[in-house]
Amino acid sequence: MTSRRFNITIVALTLLLVLLMLACLVFGSVDIPFGKIVDIIAGKGSGNKAWDIIILQSRIPMIATAALAGAALSISGLLLQTTFNNPLAGPSILGVSSGAGLGVAIVILALGGTLGGLWGGNVGSYMAILLGALLGAGAVLLILIAFSAIVRSNTMLLIIGILVSYLTSSVVQLLNSVATEEGVHNYVAWGFGNFSGVSVAQMPIYAGIIILALIGSAFMIKPLNALLLGARYARNLGINVSRTRNILLLITGILTAVVTAFCGPIGFIGLVVPHIARMSMGTSNHSRLVPATILAGADIALLCAVASVSNPHGIIPINAITPVIGVPIILYIIINRRRIQYFN
Amino acid sequence: MKNDNAVYTTHELAVGYRNGKTAVTLLQGLNLSLEKGKLVALLGQNGAGKSTLLRALTCDERPLSGTIEINGRNLADMSQKDRSRLIGLVSTERIQAGALTVTELVGLGRQPHMGFLGRLDEEDHEIVRQAMDDAGIIGKANEYMASLSDGERQKAMIARALAQQTPIIILDEPTAFLDVASRIETMRLLQTLAHDRGKAVLLSSHDISQSLMLADELWLITTDRQVITGSTQQLVADGAMNRLFENRDIHFNPNILDYSF
Repeated sequence: MTSRRFNITIVALTLLLVLLMLACLVFGSVDIPFGKIVDIIAGKGSGNKAWDIIILQSRIPMIATAALAGAALSISGLLLQTTFNNPLAGPSILGVSSGAGLGVAIVILALGGTLGGLWGGNVGSYMAILLGALLGAGAVLLILIAFSAIVRSNTMLLIIGILVSYLTSSVVQLLNSVATEEGVHNYVAWGFGNFSGVSVAQMPIYAGIIILALIGSAFMIKPLNALLLGARYARNLGINVSRTRNILLLITGILTAVVTAFCGPIGFIGLVVPHIARMSMGTSNHSRLVPATILAGADIALLCAVASVSNPHGIIPINAITPVIGVPIILYIIINRRRIQYFN
Repeated sequence: MKNDNAVYTTHELAVGYRNGKTAVTLLQGLNLSLEKGKLVALLGQNGAGKSTLLRALTCDERPLSGTIEINGRNLADMSQKDRSRLIGLVSTERIQAGALTVTELVGLGRQPHMGFLGRLDEEDHEIVRQAMDDAGIIGKANEYMASLSDGERQKAMIARALAQQTPIIILDEPTAFLDVASRIETMRLLQTLAHDRGKAVLLSSHDISQSLMLADELWLITTDRQVITGSTQQLVADGAMNRLFENRDIHFNPNILDYSF
C-alpha cells in the first residue's frame, strides 16, 4: 500500500515537473509560437535568430538552473531538519544562505569594480564568488555545530541562525559603505534572487557540483533514517554519529553555497519542500523522502520561475515570490502540527 | 570465580562525569557480570548513577577507568558496528519517528546487519515480523508510531532491539512513562525474552515492586554508592533493600515487596 502511494506521488511530481518545464519554455517577455519552440529544440531552428537564442541560451538554462536550485535547497533543508532534529530548520533560517551571501558580498564588493561585469563569462570572477560562498556557508555551519553542542534547545538554535543572519547583513552594510557603486549595484541585483544567472558555459560546473552532491545525499539514506531515533539510538545501530553529521553538513554546505552563489540567497524553498514531501508521501522514511524532496523542490522552484516571468511589465524577483508560497505552507504545518504524524 | 554463562563483565569499572578537567566519580571498583537468560534490574535513588552506569555499559560515555568485556573481548577496542551487533538499547529519548510505521521502525533494528544502502531482504523482513510478534505489537505493524499509546510505543522499541538480534539488551527506564498495566506487560515481556530467548537483559527502573517480582537478579546502588548484586530472593532476605534509601524516612517492607513509612 505504501509503495503504491510512493509510485503515485513520484509519477504526479514528475508529470508536474514536465508541465512546469513546458510552461517555462512557453512563457516569457517574448511570445514564441509553440511549434517554433519544438523546432528549435529539435535542432531545426525557427528561422528567427533571436528566438533561437532566447530558447537555447536563456529559457533552457533557466529551467535547468531553477530545477537544480530547487532540488539542492530542498535536500539541504531535509538534511538540516534530520541532522538537527528540528522540523523548522532550513538553509536560510539557520543562516547558511546568509553565510554564503556574506562570502559572495566580500568577493563582489571587494573586487566589484575589477570583476568587469559580474557574470560576464569571466571564469576567475565566478570561481572567486563560488569559493566565497563555500567558505561563508562552511563558517556558519561550523558555528551551528559548535552551538548545537552547547544549546540543546531546537528553538535556541533557530534563534542563533537568525542572529547569524543579522550579523552577516550588518557586515554587508559596512562593506557597502566602502564599496564602489558598481559593486553595490551588482550585489543588490544578486540579492533579489534570480534563476537566469547561469550561462551555458557555466552550466557544467553548476549542474555537475549539484548533481554530485544530490547523489551523495542518496548514499546517506541509511544513516539519515537511524538519526530519526536520535544520536544515542543511531550510535547503538552502528552509526558513527559525528562523522555522519559532518558529511551531511558538508553536503548541505556545498548545495547551499553553489545555489546561493549563482542564484542569490533564496528563502523558504529549503524549509518548506521537505514538509511537502513528508505530507505527500506520508512518511519520514528517507528512502522515499529523498526522491520526493528532489522532485518537489524542482517543481516549486520552477513554479517560482514561471511566476517570475509571468508579469508583462518585467521580471519579478524570485525572493518576492518564495514567501508567498512558503509562508502559508509553514503556517498550515504549525497550525496542524498535532494532526501531522511526524511531529510526534 | 569464572562464570561460563557470563556474557558481559566489567573489571574495576569506575563511572561518573567529566566537568572540564576534573572527573567526578559516581561509582567505582565495579566488577559486575550479566548472564544470558537472566533478567537483571538496576535500582537506586535518583542521581545515584543508574543512567551514568548504563551509558558506560552501552558505550555512550567513556568509563573513567576499568574495562568492559563481552565474551572476553574489550568493548572499547571494538568498532561501533561490532558493538551494534552485541548490545541492543531501549532508552526514553524522544524520537522523531512519528511518521514511520511500526514495521519501518522495527526494520531500523536490522541496520547493523545490512549493507551500505540499507535494503531489507526477505530474511530481514521475516526477522522483523518475528520480532514484532515476540513483542506483541504485530497487530499494529502498519500503524504510524505517532498513533500508538505509550505502552505500544515501548513494545515497538523493544521489538526494534529484538530485530537487532543482540545477545544483550539494555533498557534505560523502560517503564518510566507507562501506566501500571503497560508496566507489568513490559516487564513480563522482558522476562520472557530472558528466560525463553536466552537474552541477557539489564534494565534500570524506579518500579521497585515489579522489579522484585520479575527480575532474577538485582544490582542495587546503595546510599553510600556501593553496588550490591545478587539474586532477588537473597537480597530481599538479607535486608539489602533497606540500603537504597538510608537517608530517607522510609523502610522496606518484604511482605508487600515495596517501601512504606
